[in-house]
Amino acid sequence: MTGSRYRWLRFFKAGGIHVTLLAYSALVLFPILLVFMNSFKDQMAIFGEPLAPPTPETFSVDGYKTLFEVANFQHYFLNSLIVTTVSLVLIVFLGAMAGWALAEYEFKLNTFMAIYLALGIMVPIRLGTVGILRLMADWHLVNTLTALILVYTAMGLPLSIFILSRFFAQLPPDFKDAARIDGASEYRIFTLVLPLVRPALGTVAAISMIPVWNDLWFPLILAPSEKTKTIVLGAQVFLGQFLNDWQAVLAALSLAMIPAILLYMLFSKQLIRGLTAGAVK
Amino acid sequence: MRRKPFPWHIVVFLAPAVLIYTLFMIYPMLASLKFSLYQTLDDGRQVFVGLGNYIKLLTDPNWKEPFWNAFWNNVVFFIIHMSLQNPIGLFLAVLLASNIRGAWIYRTIIFTPTILSVVLIGFAWKLILSPTWGIWFPLLDRLGLGDNEVAIALLGNESSALITLSLISVWQNIGIPMMLFLAALIRIPNELIEAAQVDGANSWRIFWRIQFPLIIPTVGIVAILTFIGNFNAFDLIYATQGALAGPNFSTDIMGTFFFRTFFGFQLRPGDPNMGATVAGMMLLIILTGVLIYLYGWQRRMEEVQF
Repeated sequence: MTGSRYRWLRFFKAGGIHVTLLAYSALVLFPILLVFMNSFKDQMAIFGEPLAPPTPETFSVDGYKTLFEVANFQHYFLNSLIVTTVSLVLIVFLGAMAGWALAEYEFKLNTFMAIYLALGIMVPIRLGTVGILRLMADWHLVNTLTALILVYTAMGLPLSIFILSRFFAQLPPDFKDAARIDGASEYRIFTLVLPLVRPALGTVAAISMIPVWNDLWFPLILAPSEKTKTIVLGAQVFLGQFLNDWQAVLAALSLAMIPAILLYMLFSKQLIRGLTAGAVK
Repeated sequence: MRRKPFPWHIVVFLAPAVLIYTLFMIYPMLASLKFSLYQTLDDGRQVFVGLGNYIKLLTDPNWKEPFWNAFWNNVVFFIIHMSLQNPIGLFLAVLLASNIRGAWIYRTIIFTPTILSVVLIGFAWKLILSPTWGIWFPLLDRLGLGDNEVAIALLGNESSALITLSLISVWQNIGIPMMLFLAALIRIPNELIEAAQVDGANSWRIFWRIQFPLIIPTVGIVAILTFIGNFNAFDLIYATQGALAGPNFSTDIMGTFFFRTFFGFQLRPGDPNMGATVAGMMLLIILTGVLIYLYGWQRRMEEVQF
């Protein structure tokens, strides 16, 4: 008796949880799907039947045509890709080197260095913008992708070093000692241990990617030229100029979202594993 | 006796990261702080004015009004995140941690807005809430608010714009507290919860007596991350309301105020010295929050734990 009552209770509880999560998922997906759906409709249908999916009669890609005629989205996308990829490689690789040094070697300034490098986790780099812009102007780096890469690398390194040094510290010592006895140099040992923390490298890359890819502030301030616009800045400028062309605006939003969603689908495993493994503690 | 050779390898491992970090993060931050202590004369010369710019920011009627407006708006922005984003994120995390089927699908979906650019999310919501599109007018009619001017243009009214933007930001960023809480909940040993269930405790009791006490450290981390993120926010307001943070500066927060001060707007030219001063105040606000967290909250946590 009690057993079946318990089972029924559990059944209802699970049902309630599913209904709640489904409802919340709908709230999350609704605006995104609405934008996608309407980007493939003609102006009449966008306003007449905003909630209806495109039909053969209402289907239109005029928005995308305007987009490709006026704005150079392929170029913006390429800029974003270059900036994000190079920054990530630097964040992960230089972060691993520094994280390894802090975790592996005892030296006088170890604690000081760890704290000094961790400051950047708590203090947003944006607050140094006045100084950054002056520095970049002095070095003639304004309106270059290099400026963005350097700033994003500085921005991503603190968390990268922090996470990776914790992973290096957890490695068993036997392996390293064996390599040392065999006469391997410290550099060689680093290249041997690097593959052992590969999951952590993926996690750091996934976590660092989001703020770099999505940033508006630094492209707007350091590299606003047509040649160096990232996709977020490009979309922002385009949206401001074509406010009244709803088809074009919806197309721009959809197109700018697609790369991020694809990247998310590719890296969601690393990202979620990293977040839930307590990498950000 | 032979001295140990200098450990060059440590320098080689640390140097590139330390160099880039120092040059592009620490040095500009210090330069900006130094810059906030100077004034630029018309001929371009810099004169040291001590804390003069800060005093100007806090007392000159031309400065103090927008500063406090942005500050208090930012406080409202933060309070809405703390009272909605984090509790709802925790609630979703508890549901996701309850071993239901397909939890990873929900988790992936709910985290999606968090990975999208604030610019795109902000603009998408701006369209959805636009009276031109009127997509939600049928809903308003049903609620009997069809003629309510504020409800028709939520982003266009001084009384509703800031709250609406805060809610959009909550909608987008809820994935972060959700993931951090979920991570903490997953680490709780299953036996603890099973034992309580055997003893007849219901979910409500299990949450308050077992789960919540064990994830309190995460509550602190989420709070400080929210604080830093909120007092550094900019993109959402800029993308939806522009640098003027309209209507009538009702959505102006520290980030947009900093941007306008530094770069100027309309007829007022940009002022790098005052911009650096605003950034200095933001740094002070954020450091105050971090110190309260480290010394007030975390130290107390350690006393409880040990």
